[in-house]
Amino acid sequence: MIRLHNICWHAGAFRLQDVSFSVPVGAYGVLMGRTGCGKTTLLEILCGLRRPSAGRIWIGQREVTAAAPGQRGIGYVPQDGALFPTLTVREQIAFAPRRQKLPASARNELVRALAAATGVIHLLDRLPANLSGGERQRVALARALAARPAVLLLDEPLAALDEAMHAEMMALLRSTQQQYGLTVLHVTHHRQEAAALADCLLRLEHGTVTASAL
Amino acid sequence: MKGPVQPRLEGWWLTCGGMTTASLALIQAMLAATAVHSSPHELWAALMKREIRYAIGLSLATCTTTSLLALLLAVPVGFLLSRARFAGRAWLDAALDIPIVLPPMVVGLCLLILFQTRVGRAVDHVLPFTYTVAGVVLAQFVIGASFAVRTMRGTFDNLSSRPEEVALTLGSTRAQAFWLVTLPAARRGMFAAASIAWARSLGEFGPVLVFAGATRMKTEVLPTTVWLELSVGNLEAAIAVSLLLVMLAMLVLVGVKLTGEQL
Repeated sequence: MIRLHNICWHAGAFRLQDVSFSVPVGAYGVLMGRTGCGKTTLLEILCGLRRPSAGRIWIGQREVTAAAPGQRGIGYVPQDGALFPTLTVREQIAFAPRRQKLPASARNELVRALAAATGVIHLLDRLPANLSGGERQRVALARALAARPAVLLLDEPLAALDEAMHAEMMALLRSTQQQYGLTVLHVTHHRQEAAALADCLLRLEHGTVTASAL
Repeated sequence: MKGPVQPRLEGWWLTCGGMTTASLALIQAMLAATAVHSSPHELWAALMKREIRYAIGLSLATCTTTSLLALLLAVPVGFLLSRARFAGRAWLDAALDIPIVLPPMVVGLCLLILFQTRVGRAVDHVLPFTYTVAGVVLAQFVIGASFAVRTMRGTFDNLSSRPEEVALTLGSTRAQAFWLVTLPAARRGMFAAASIAWARSLGEFGPVLVFAGATRMKTEVLPTTVWLELSVGNLEAAIAVSLLLVMLAMLVLVGVKLTGEQL
């Protein structure tokens, strides 16, 4: 479950005011809103990358408002993937398991399983510079899943993909969510994408979030 | 599809081309005139003098030490200036540039005066800087480090902070995110920063002369040699050392270009 209660944040004239919403356990939530309305900021607050001026956040049953990003049990896929430029695909996926001190054999097994599930098993020794846009997003997804999160936060993960890749990636996101039993919050401004994926649809407008009909 | 602008022979491009050719011609004419002034035999004989060989060795050693120290400082300071937002950041940014805009002699004078204060004398008592090799390194460092900081700040400005943030969500501490993600991505900038500090230190004359002196076989570096040899009318030696400085500077420039592309 993801739950936000009266979250406030401001920078200059831009503000998020008393944002409250929840995404039930195992649901695929989609947060919609126009470009520049604060969707990414909200996601960064959920990740712990920005500190809200007021309000509380729960991930699962645990309040994480003051928790460090790595202690929140989340997986984060930013818009452009934000792969680590000097690490191979294998090293990217192994990044979180290494921090969690997973033994080498279990780590390698996890890397191969996630690489196979996301369709990047043949790319394990490549650097990000040698990947296409779709491949980058798959690697970013596998890297996030490797932290074994309960919640997956996706920031416009399909924005830079062509139409064919778009459909393929949507199917992958849906199957991944079901396979790993994840609670997902997916940020987008595409209506069709939201309609195809959402179990619950949220709309961010004028600094507040409202539930929206599917 | 848009490609690079193809210059055509029109007035504007001719003007730009003419000015480029003129500036290149001036540099080449200066270097060529210096190079042909003395015979290779005379130049070689000058370079083989014991004092000049010592100055070459000292220059290479101090410049290398300075560039490594400058890099050690430039990486964290450049990162702070690039990523952190805090009150007084613009002031700090400007203050770190002071050694770049000050006349080099003034930098040396300020160092000398600093080491005449009570604190300076206490430091000098433990680790002598004034008129020593350590002083040569410090005088080179003050200016070289400012250039290195500028380069590293530019490097970090050009690297997205997003991968660092993702690393935090994957369980890294800030230090781990920096060490594992940002620093490897900044290696090209680090090489450029160290090279610029090295090249800048190689040509440093004013602060070294004022703060570390120009004692032969002790604190004499290559720019000091040029000055010392000129002051006693030994033009051949001054030219030989000048050409060596030009050659080393060109090697650094080519090295930065070639290695920078491969890193």
